[in-house]
Amino acid sequence: MAVSVQTEDFDLGQAVRDLTGDRTDIGALVTFTGLVRDAADGSLEAMELEHYPAMTEKALREIEAQARERWDLSACLIIHRVGRLEPGDRIMMVATGSAHRRDAFEAAEFLMDFLKSRAPFWKKEHSAKGADWVDAKDSDEEALYRWQR
Amino acid sequence: MTLDILYFAWVRERVGTHKETVETSAATVADLLAELRNREERYALAFSDLSAVRVAVDQTLAELDASLENAREVAIFPPMTGG
Repeated sequence: MAVSVQTEDFDLGQAVRDLTGDRTDIGALVTFTGLVRDAADGSLEAMELEHYPAMTEKALREIEAQARERWDLSACLIIHRVGRLEPGDRIMMVATGSAHRRDAFEAAEFLMDFLKSRAPFWKKEHSAKGADWVDAKDSDEEALYRWQR
Repeated sequence: MTLDILYFAWVRERVGTHKETVETSAATVADLLAELRNREERYALAFSDLSAVRVAVDQTLAELDASLENAREVAIFPPMTGG
């Protein structure tokens, strides 16, 4: 059960080892890693991630708490980087551990869908032509509907 | 009341500051935005399309009609793009 907002890179393997430790109750572990994707024409120089420091960790903890309420999770981790990143860099990861895979998979998707549009991060793309804020997609908002109950 | 207002991403760039403290009697976030829009052109530009603006009151996401009673900090920003 942890969230981390950080400028430095993370090691997925180490994060998972730290999360599961010597526990024996986790039968399924799902991880997702988001990477900085270059533009189709290879023009992306950097991606800058801005956030709302006083709110970010709180928002992530609330999203995590919702996931834990809905699924049987025995372990959960969210790491999200901020600052200047380059194509290929890791942006963020989530890991969900459960007794069974269905809970782990669904909770990981839920966390991702909410991180996209309910956690206070903003992406700005830099290229030789200048810098542009990334627009939120309608599909990101629509992705939240399927979790309504 | 005294309110801290924070701006992020392109809202911050259009307003031209990250944080300011204002004296206001606005009852809701929408009232506060209207007050700022009337104050200076840069606010009118930043808040011209309210459907493109999201807000948080005291670090919790809120609707534009949210009350500012007992609020200390309001943040105004574009739709979030995390993940």
